[in-house]
Amino acid sequence: MLKQTEGSHAVAEAVALCRPDVICAYPISPQTHIVEGLGEMVKAGEVNNCEFINVESEFAAMSVAIGASAAGARSYTATASQGLLFMAEAVYNASGLGLPIVMTVANRAIGAPINIWNDHSDSMSMRDAGWIQLFAETNQEALDLHIQAFKLGEELSLPVMVCMDGFILTHAYERVDVPTQAQVDAFLPPYEPRQVLDPSEPVSIGAMVGPEAFTEVRYLAHAKQMQALELIPQIAAEFKQTFGRDSGGLVRPYRIEDAETVVVALGSLLGTIKDTVDRLRDEGHKIGVLGINSFRPFPIPDIRDALEKTQRIVVVEKCFAVGIGGIVSRDVRMALRNRPQPVSTVVAGLGGRAVTVASLRKMLLDAAADKLEPLTFLDLDWSIVNKQLERDRQKRRSGPIAEAVLRDIGVIAAKMV
Amino acid sequence: MMKKPFAITLDVGSSLANHTGSWRTERPVYLDRLPPCNNACPAGEDIQGWLFHAESGDYEQSWRSLVENNPLPAVMGRVCYHPCEGACNRGQIDSPVGINSVERFLGDEAIKRGWKFEPPAKQSGKQVLVVGAGPSGLSAAYQLARMGHKVTIHEAGPLSGGMMRFGIPKYRLPRDVLDAEVQRIVELGVTIKYDTKVTDILESMKTGKFDAAFLAVGAHIGKRTYIPAGDSAKILDAVSVLRSMEGEDQPMLGRRVIVYGGGNTALDVARTAKRLGATEAIIVYRRNRERMPAHDFEVEEALQEGVMIKWLSTIKQAGDSSIMVEKMALDDKGWPQPTGEFETLEADSVVLALGQDVDLSLLDAVPGLEIKDGVVQVSKNMMTSHAGIFAGGDMVPSERTVTVAIGHGKKAARNIDAWLRGASHEPAPKHEVAGFDKLNPWYYSDAPKTVRPVLDIIRRQSTFEEVVGGLDETNALYEARRCLSCGNCFECDNCYGVCPDNAVIKLGPGKRFEFNYDYCKGCGICVSECPCGAIKMVPEQI
Amino acid sequence: MDQTVKFYQTGTFTVGNRLLSEENRSVQANMQRTNSLNSGHRACQGCGEALGARYAIDAAMNASNNQLIAANATGCLEVFSTPYPETSWQIPWIHSLFGNTAAVATGIAAALKVKGRRDVRVVAQGGDGGTTDIGFGCLSGMFERNDDVLYICYDNEAYMNTGVQRSSATPPAARTATTMPVGPEPGNVFGQGKSVPLIAMAHGIPYVATATVADLRDLEAKVKHAMSLNGARYIHIFVPCPLGWGAASHDTIRLARLARESGLFPVFEAEFGEVKSVSKIRHRVPVEEYLKPQRRFAHLFGKNPAFETIARIQATADRNIRKFGLLEEAVS
Repeated sequence: MLKQTEGSHAVAEAVALCRPDVICAYPISPQTHIVEGLGEMVKAGEVNNCEFINVESEFAAMSVAIGASAAGARSYTATASQGLLFMAEAVYNASGLGLPIVMTVANRAIGAPINIWNDHSDSMSMRDAGWIQLFAETNQEALDLHIQAFKLGEELSLPVMVCMDGFILTHAYERVDVPTQAQVDAFLPPYEPRQVLDPSEPVSIGAMVGPEAFTEVRYLAHAKQMQALELIPQIAAEFKQTFGRDSGGLVRPYRIEDAETVVVALGSLLGTIKDTVDRLRDEGHKIGVLGINSFRPFPIPDIRDALEKTQRIVVVEKCFAVGIGGIVSRDVRMALRNRPQPVSTVVAGLGGRAVTVASLRKMLLDAAADKLEPLTFLDLDWSIVNKQLERDRQKRRSGPIAEAVLRDIGVIAAKMV
Repeated sequence: MMKKPFAITLDVGSSLANHTGSWRTERPVYLDRLPPCNNACPAGEDIQGWLFHAESGDYEQSWRSLVENNPLPAVMGRVCYHPCEGACNRGQIDSPVGINSVERFLGDEAIKRGWKFEPPAKQSGKQVLVVGAGPSGLSAAYQLARMGHKVTIHEAGPLSGGMMRFGIPKYRLPRDVLDAEVQRIVELGVTIKYDTKVTDILESMKTGKFDAAFLAVGAHIGKRTYIPAGDSAKILDAVSVLRSMEGEDQPMLGRRVIVYGGGNTALDVARTAKRLGATEAIIVYRRNRERMPAHDFEVEEALQEGVMIKWLSTIKQAGDSSIMVEKMALDDKGWPQPTGEFETLEADSVVLALGQDVDLSLLDAVPGLEIKDGVVQVSKNMMTSHAGIFAGGDMVPSERTVTVAIGHGKKAARNIDAWLRGASHEPAPKHEVAGFDKLNPWYYSDAPKTVRPVLDIIRRQSTFEEVVGGLDETNALYEARRCLSCGNCFECDNCYGVCPDNAVIKLGPGKRFEFNYDYCKGCGICVSECPCGAIKMVPEQI
Repeated sequence: MDQTVKFYQTGTFTVGNRLLSEENRSVQANMQRTNSLNSGHRACQGCGEALGARYAIDAAMNASNNQLIAANATGCLEVFSTPYPETSWQIPWIHSLFGNTAAVATGIAAALKVKGRRDVRVVAQGGDGGTTDIGFGCLSGMFERNDDVLYICYDNEAYMNTGVQRSSATPPAARTATTMPVGPEPGNVFGQGKSVPLIAMAHGIPYVATATVADLRDLEAKVKHAMSLNGARYIHIFVPCPLGWGAASHDTIRLARLARESGLFPVFEAEFGEVKSVSKIRHRVPVEEYLKPQRRFAHLFGKNPAFETIARIQATADRNIRKFGLLEEAVS
């Protein structure tokens, strides 16, 4: 059924259609409307036989999900930003225990300075936590990925993070096609846990594992993610069969057939990039796009294949590793090892800064002319940065940077997109 | 079956593969320590053992356990001075277990219910002569009969019981009780020939074709002392007085009776005199109450009944209606010394209670016997220096109590049995005593001793009814359950419960427990928390 | 609570009693007890926590007809019971993290509710560190939501597994690796720490109780009662640690007994925030008797005894005795 609705609500409806058993909700840090929507649906009886639990923290949210999942319940929660970091220990634990929890991460920046807007720093901080991480480009895809995530996670006994850009997707009203319950039921079988806490067949889950077996346990976690590389396209194909839509998969190429420059990115940014690329193509530039849908597992063979013929690669990412540079681009370089093409990192859209077609276009033209630095911060205001650096040089105790910067640019609140 | 994740999900119970017993440097072991009551019992009763059965209300089993060592529980439950209770560890918590009263309850219960002794499985074909039907003789006869020997008792008098009948007043031991317990021994197959005085033991053995003999003639001759006395002074001896109580003619003691001596017999006579109608019964004793050999509770009962005691006094002279006593003073060593102060007391009669001697004439023809201080010397197996002739009770060197006599009889019987088989009896080595320090008294609730009903004082002064009553079943059970079971497992499950390693195996009712040394780490909690001290730690052999 | 069975030979204090009727016997006395925590675990000799855990979980198993699932915090109990490749647990059991056990249990309870398995009950358990410190947020959340979980804290008064560091349950003056007996105020300082039982009561949950490994019957009765209720329940069990306290391995139960008899560890139960019953002191002892056998308090004794410090500890005991009425009508 086609609906004009908010991204958060679309996801809430998708999760509800997956017949979750237990939903744990900590509303803040920062908040989305997903659990609010689910809470209302559960309370109103629209989701049958589901426990909606208001917990006291994100750490508890993930912990309740761990307990519920281990007891055989289909378990769901959502978080973002600081919240994801606060639950970090439990995030690692869920994957270590092999519990197929599905969690929405409405991507946002991490403080300090405190900032509630979108970038990918939160998900990226958990990229090694052993979860599958799927990135949605649109609200429709976000909706679809949740349905696929339960199937994927439960098949592999691994937790899945569905990452969607905070505000840009979660708070945007778009038209989405909401499937029927019958369609979802046909696609997603009931949860059959691989291990379960059951008095009729007792087991001890969560043993202490020493040096004698720890490496093997970790390798097996890796092997499972490698299995996911096969399963993700398979499930995407099944999904298309049932719902008639392309959604998910590992990577999504766009106009790369003869591209000399390929832009690699994740999430909603792909829309703007595709618009920019279309215009540049119109102008005769051989340029294409490769969207990464599955960041973990990282689809090295698919990326390697897709980028085989291009001359240069530009990775635009909404996150960066302080002290070295890009995060996604390092993985892309890993995929392209032994290849001659340069991989440039462009850090863009941090803390909710708008990524405009104009800025992208200028950057891509530079790239096509091989004038792009290996690490570029899109739209960085050098005058402010240099002023602060100068202040620091002159005075040891120059005061808090964030406030100094705000004074420099003369705004009290940052502009929101 | 689930496909469990490797290493992080484990099958239950798999830790049994880890034998933590290898950590141990000390191991706990169960043991039976000797309860202080058993240790103190001259008759060698397994008191804790029979109380164990009484605790569960199985009085017959309890009685059967008791009579293993003593065939006269109803008698002993009345006349024993119960050194067991003096040794009882419970005395250090509240008051000792009333062992004696439970014994009496069991004895009375056995009479009431008509419980009989089990006959011996088979006869040995050997004949044993027992001389004297007192406690020692009866005890030996009973034990020998149970071992399958044919036993005949030759008793000089017309009745059985010896000093139990002729030395202990009725108010302490009703005669029907004594008769019932003797009758049960007779029913076991022991023959008692009354009015059969053995004058020459060797002759009697030869005539009767006896393979062995046990002599237990007792000490019936009252000791005399020289007291200057007028012709009309009435001076009797305590044994004769008490014996004549059993006849038809009660002794004529008069209204003012003086008893001379400080033992239990003196008290018995004084209390008897009171019951016979004496207005004054005065005991004259040369030392003070602390040094009096009589049991304190008997002194107390006598004083309650109006018996008077003249402490630190000796009789210097006896006239027809009065005596003269001299006051004494104790020297540094506690011996009485004359003071030269005299006093006159009115007296219709004087009864001497100064101890008894043994009539050893039956041994005159036996060569080579060693007699010292008026008693026969025996080896540690109770045999005289004449092979096959054993002796016990008051006629051998020892404390003269009924309980000791019963112990002698049992011990002699075991040795006679061994001797008849050409073997020698080796008593099992004594276990270490379960002293109070071996117990964990925390686990015992506070439960003070039941006070036995005491006959009201007026009836005691005028009649020969039994002074101390028995327990009824409720308080006998209560009393039995006050037993701490010192040194002997009573299956409280503490070790089974408190082991952090589940290394104690419970074997089921009556079977106690076993350690599982595969897992026991040797922490010792079971030892600390065993209420009764039935476990100890021993170093591990490494 | 069950009716007190008075039995004179060993009263109500021993684990079993051959003379009691079956229904009056303790779970631990039963030959068929579940031994939920089985032999072969790697707890130290004389471990109070291993004992307390088997007491409590066996009782919970008995009360739930063996339909029980446990969540376990990181800590001694977890480490010694489930090192790969062996587990000592005979029941469905999960260990997730140090600080989230109450929440994990909430999740299990929610899953069971959804599945309609009302017969299967949930227990969460942890040490004092996992309960009073790092797990406290999740614990309070579970209480506040009145989730259907029985949380059992095994309190040995410090972080023992990691080398005896102070927790918020460590008593004043105690030596730990982070409160050494040096300086002007040796050992753990006075005026810190918290009583989680009292805090649990403040949540108004249906049942809060304290117990010790020295009184099995009381402990079992409390677990049994807790299992008969629904909603959030909390039992705080005092479990001496020979290693961390520097005590003899055979003194584990004795020390628990002395803690109770001195008044330092009040044993009581409360319903909906109100104290309902108190275990009276049977033979009161001065605190020295409890402190002396423990090396963690050794600096209070010796050549120059810290009389003032001992008096302050005695004052704590006296306050407990007053506050909970631990002395009235002594029971036997």
